[in-house]
Amino acid sequence: MDPKLISIIGAVIAVSFGAIGPAFAEGRSVAAAMDAIARQPEAAGSISRTLFVGLAMIETMAIYCLVIALLLLFANPYVG
Amino acid sequence: MQASPLEHTVLFQIGPVPIARPVVTTWAIMLVLTGGAWLLTRRMKLHPDRPQAAVEVIVCGMLAQIESVLRRDATPLLPLLGSLFIFLFVANLSAVLPGMQAPTAKLETPAALALIVFGSVHYFGVRARGLAGYLASFARPKLIMLPLNLFSEVTRTFSLMMRLFGNVMSGEFVIALVVSLAGLFLPIPFMALEILLGVIQAYIFTVLATVFIGAAIGSGERG
Repeated sequence: MDPKLISIIGAVIAVSFGAIGPAFAEGRSVAAAMDAIARQPEAAGSISRTLFVGLAMIETMAIYCLVIALLLLFANPYVG
Repeated sequence: MQASPLEHTVLFQIGPVPIARPVVTTWAIMLVLTGGAWLLTRRMKLHPDRPQAAVEVIVCGMLAQIESVLRRDATPLLPLLGSLFIFLFVANLSAVLPGMQAPTAKLETPAALALIVFGSVHYFGVRARGLAGYLASFARPKLIMLPLNLFSEVTRTFSLMMRLFGNVMSGEFVIALVVSLAGLFLPIPFMALEILLGVIQAYIFTVLATVFIGAAIGSGERG
């Protein structure tokens, strides 16, 4: 099989499956933060600040997958 | 379709050094920010006029944000973190101007910023705890955590770089894709989303740098 074709398929798989886990995790963390803000509205400031930092951490996983996909597409060492 | 996000257009050369487009954009941003700061703080008064009051609101707001994360006096950290935030804010939003491209959408600018954070974490850590105390903090809570702690120093700097680069670059990439597919009005919501993302990424980068420095200083409550 053509290595270019394989890398395109690999990039698609990396992004599509790599987005599943962070999507679930972000959904859960936002739901938990909403719950906490609903219970304790006066703590909304510190909760949302911590939430943003946590979301950034989670999002990094998806971004790693994106970087792998970009490497496969644009800087692939195996395609001449 | 736009070219690879990992390559550069070289604009001109100074001697043997090729000067790429993000560098020129960064210089322009530095010029605007430095000149603006110089103009605004040239004649400071005890009873501020409007521009000075606006700048004071920005500076005091950033100071309050940093202090609420660190829970200690943040005045020595304000120059670094404040200029980091303002630079990232302007750099991420500079892609909104026609013909401009955000310098953070190329890999090297986030790498340089992450290296600055990496260096200043150790600088502030050593300054707050002394060299021996700072080195000993890597072996906490147990000595067996030492390789993990050292490893996480590298990976979190790497992920700081990759997060900024990936977010800004993917935003520009999506806009370029939509423009090439569907022309005139459809990219506008994506561009609005990109403005929001740029602000959030500037905030997140600064807050993470604050948290890392706070952990190195040893503020106790967060880390």
